[in-house]
Amino acid sequence: MIEVRGLSKAFGEKVVLKDFNFTFEQGKSNLIIGESGTGKSVLIKCMVGLIHPEEGQVLYHGKDFLTMSYEEQKEVRQQIGMLFQGSALFDSMTVQDNVMFPLTMFTNMTKGEKEARMQFCLDRVNLPQAAKLYPAELSGGMKKRVAIARAIAVKPRYLFCDEPNSGLDPKTSILIDELIKEITLEYDMTTLVITHDMNSVLEIGDKIAFLHKGQKEWEGTRKEILYAENEILSKFVYATKFLQHFRSKLQAEKDSLTKGD
Amino acid sequence: MNPIAIIAHIGQYFLLLGRVFRKPEKSNVFWQRFFHEVNAIGIGSLGIVAIISIFMGAVITIQAAFGFESPWIPLYAVGLAARDSIILEFSPTIVSLILAGKVGSSIASELGNMRVSEQIDAIDVMGVNSASYLILPKIAASVFIFPFVVTISMFLGHIGGFVLGVAAGVVTPYEFIYGIQYEFRPYNVVYALIKTLFFGFIIPSVSAYHGYYTKGGSLEVGQSSTRAVVYSIIVLLLFNFLLTQLLLA
Ligand SMILES: Nc1ncnc2c1ncn2[C@@H]1O[C@H](COP(=O)(O)OP(=O)(O)OP(=O)(O)O)[C@@H](O)[C@H]1O
Ligand SMILES: [Mg+2]
Repeated sequence: MIEVRGLSKAFGEKVVLKDFNFTFEQGKSNLIIGESGTGKSVLIKCMVGLIHPEEGQVLYHGKDFLTMSYEEQKEVRQQIGMLFQGSALFDSMTVQDNVMFPLTMFTNMTKGEKEARMQFCLDRVNLPQAAKLYPAELSGGMKKRVAIARAIAVKPRYLFCDEPNSGLDPKTSILIDELIKEITLEYDMTTLVITHDMNSVLEIGDKIAFLHKGQKEWEGTRKEILYAENEILSKFVYATKFLQHFRSKLQAEKDSLTKGD
Repeated sequence: MNPIAIIAHIGQYFLLLGRVFRKPEKSNVFWQRFFHEVNAIGIGSLGIVAIISIFMGAVITIQAAFGFESPWIPLYAVGLAARDSIILEFSPTIVSLILAGKVGSSIASELGNMRVSEQIDAIDVMGVNSASYLILPKIAASVFIFPFVVTISMFLGHIGGFVLGVAAGVVTPYEFIYGIQYEFRPYNVVYALIKTLFFGFIIPSVSAYHGYYTKGGSLEVGQSSTRAVVYSIIVLLLFNFLLTQLLLA
């Protein structure tokens, strides 16, 4: 479980996050949704200490990450798997070495054990043949998947994914969603996913925070989101034609029910 | 640049060094990276160092002979003058300046690229000290290998002076050999190698500083790489002056 309390961040004059409060539940997929540029990436970077917020607390199982010593932070970080928006694979290393990197740094596994784990993770993201390739030889979607494999290699307690399925085709995208859902349950992780994709929201959103202009505008579950009565949220949720269609059907149903009364 | 900015940079540079000189996470990973860097920085530079050393040795010899055309100066003075300029200044300083260009820009662009593509963030998030993991092997490798490279350069400088000087007819083999042995002071070599150790530290650390703190995108990576070379050279020349004052004066 991760609790964020009163998190605020500004770059100079520009306020990016304003008093953000949210509890990320263990064993659940916690989603952050919102338009481009509302501070979603800044939020998770604050939570792992890559950006220093002006105010607020980030409690990992009750302990504030931001006031921990470097050594304590390191301990927490070794339990974090993170997928960056741009994948951030090490381009001087093969896929295999990328995935094994955290294993090499933090475990005393033998070469055989590391390779077995690496192959398992690559199989998991549906890239069993990619081990010997370099990141430059991969497509954008493949990079994302390798980055996920790297993030789950050490069986983290906390998984942070910044737009895991942007740039993926619908089929792979669903596969990634399912994967995130499964491993979250499997390792009982606290998973945080940033996404724009309503499909993912409805598929995996156990708990959702809607961020708008740096503030939390709404929170709820995937069941609630379609019926939420929030003007700004509705605009975001029903931005796609597909869901607009769904909404008009929903409305029609409601109308016929009220007529029936 | 204003003085306050310079002081801020120097402060940040030392803070970075504070993070670099921490115990590496895994010693076998450190050694693996160390040997990789020895190969990249040292072995990878031998070609250019060899070419430059041979030709500079030759030019120094020919210029010395040209300057000493008086009948009162013995011809072995040519070998002697060439030897002293090669050992005291040319091999340690000029070769280091060239390595600042080659090694410095490659370190800064490597780290700058890792910074802007969030690879450094990825290392930090995992709980690995990125500064130590990435920079320590580079500094250690270059401090270790620079003296060897410079020693090789001294040797090749003499060979170039001898072979091409004799071929050009400005000095005889006997006089050149006699000259380079005449009143040889081993301390000069010690002085040169001490300088080299400092340069071996300055070049990768200053360059890594500029690469590590790159902000922006690929355009800025190019700019940091240029700045890395310029500042490495400035700091190197400053230390060359200070060390010469300290060790020879
Ligand atoms: N290092 C930085 N310095 C200054 N401003 C920044 C910095 N990082 C982010 N910002 C600003 O903060 C705002 C939020 O950025 P952020 O990357 O969090 O958006 P986002 O919600 O992740 O958007 P997207 O969905 O497009 O990834 C943007 O307006 C951006 O310009
Ligand atoms: Mg983002």
